[in-house]
Amino acid sequence: MLTEPKMTWQGAAKIVDMKKALTWGPWFVAEYRLRNMSKWLGAIIAFGLGNPVLYLLSVGIGIGALVDQNQGANGVDGVSYLTFLAPALLATSAIQAAMDETSFPTLQGFVWDKSFFSMNATQLTGGSIVGGIMIASAARCIFNTGIYAMVLWAFGAITAQSILVLIFAAIFAGLAFASVMLAATSFVKHDDGFFALVGRFIIAPMFMFSGTFYPLENLPIYLQWIGWISPVWHATDMGRNLSYGHDVAPGMMVIHFAFLLAILIVGQVVAMRQFSRRLAK
Amino acid sequence: MGNAFKEESTELAKKTAPADLMIVAKGLTKKYDDFTAVDGIDFQVKRGESFGLLGPNGAGKSTTMKMIGATSLRTGGELTILGKDPNKQGPEIRAHLGVVPQTDNHDNDLKAWENLYIYGRYFGLGRKFLKKKVEELLDFAQLQDKRDVKVDQLSGGMKRRLTIARGLVNEPEILMLDEPTTGLDPQARHILWDRLFRLKEEGVTLVITTHYMDEAEQLCDRLIVMDKGKIMAEGAPADLIKKYSSKEVLEVRFGSSKNAEAAEKLKHLGDRIETLPDRILFYAEDGEKVLKQIHKLGFEPATSLVRRSSLEDVFLRLTGRTLVE
Repeated sequence: MLTEPKMTWQGAAKIVDMKKALTWGPWFVAEYRLRNMSKWLGAIIAFGLGNPVLYLLSVGIGIGALVDQNQGANGVDGVSYLTFLAPALLATSAIQAAMDETSFPTLQGFVWDKSFFSMNATQLTGGSIVGGIMIASAARCIFNTGIYAMVLWAFGAITAQSILVLIFAAIFAGLAFASVMLAATSFVKHDDGFFALVGRFIIAPMFMFSGTFYPLENLPIYLQWIGWISPVWHATDMGRNLSYGHDVAPGMMVIHFAFLLAILIVGQVVAMRQFSRRLAK
Repeated sequence: MGNAFKEESTELAKKTAPADLMIVAKGLTKKYDDFTAVDGIDFQVKRGESFGLLGPNGAGKSTTMKMIGATSLRTGGELTILGKDPNKQGPEIRAHLGVVPQTDNHDNDLKAWENLYIYGRYFGLGRKFLKKKVEELLDFAQLQDKRDVKVDQLSGGMKRRLTIARGLVNEPEILMLDEPTTGLDPQARHILWDRLFRLKEEGVTLVITTHYMDEAEQLCDRLIVMDKGKIMAEGAPADLIKKYSSKEVLEVRFGSSKNAEAAEKLKHLGDRIETLPDRILFYAEDGEKVLKQIHKLGFEPATSLVRRSSLEDVFLRLTGRTLVE
């Protein structure tokens, strides 16, 4: 009747292939997330592009004209203001996508509809769920930054050759942030405005003080630290170097890379541990 | 040397014996900090059996279910499910369980068929296989005409049937149902019971928690009554009634103010008497006979009713009538 290749377990034919199920666990979770996202495609595109494009038009084009007028066509870091701004806008859009994928969906899984507990009732583990959310976040980041990069390219902000490296830097920042955010959210028991706080006191300052609109060095030292711990700055500085050869101190590229990788790993370790604990209660 | 051999042979016994023992719990315990939710319980469930967990709120049923479901880790005692230790081999065990949680938690944005399909994907089942399986399950749950409807537009009974169908997608050896019919209307309950009977006939082992005693009598071959984390009684519904109640119960009412006074004078009648604020219950082999004796003693109850003893009488006797919040 049913023709799935069967494996033997306890002497009886079984339809679940354990090895396959465990290896691919995160991908099954990601498949679900993507299917859910596909129902909201319009909203995802609108929100993913809406804010960033507004920034591009108002700051990039508007303020850019003013800056270029006073500094000359290549007056900021040796390039036009729009080119200077583009890596930061891409990194920010990746982080927004990461935030969307790791905040409310995580609370939903643990608290609202308890879907994580249903996933965990199958052979999926807390680790598979964390992995699946990260894959889905990566997909969302690629999707959002990919479209945004096209828009930036259409406005002449970036060159076609730099698209891939810029997307790489932005997604790296997005995933690093997703990882930390996932770890933080896995401890949240009620909404209680936690995400509003994150939006106001983490995302907003991160966006404004990460050398986004002007070089980080322009800020007084007591504000520069915000950039140092911000994935946006690390990804932006890295993206500027990779796309138009922005000067960085020797070893700085390694630090950018290591910083993003470090918070990515720490976030994963904490998230996996807390997911497993919370599901095993 | 001798010891080593002995150990090896018990290892072998462990591997071969459980073929027909699906669940074995010995001294099973779950503690949360200083609160003991499940306090050293013993039970076994055989292949094809339909096993019930009864008890008031907070008795430890759901915690026990979660431990059998190989998600919640036990803090003491032994538990073997399908011959494996859930604290160590959770995923291996869960791959062969079907779980119907207390609350339906489908993705409301997805259609009915998509929810079944996605759940099958969690088990790593192939797309081609699932296409067929999903249709089979929709038929089973009588939801074929709701196939392409978003879940948030289904009624409570439909969602419940969808959850049960979802629990069957991996062709589980044990299907676990946590209060399967709570909140459903009588029609929906009876449809569900019918589906569960069919599964039982197909040899699926069922583990059920419920608050409804009629449901337990209908569905369970054997059950345990839990209270405060402990097992109060174990057995087949009919045996439990025999053991903890009488064949019949006579319920008489003299009016709220007179019940206690009448009970004092009638307490020698029947096997056992229970005085409630609104009525007096006589547990007896023959309810009519007791009623006649009451009349003979010159008492005229306002109303009287003789009924068969039920699991509910057993339940209330074992777990008390005090409200548990």
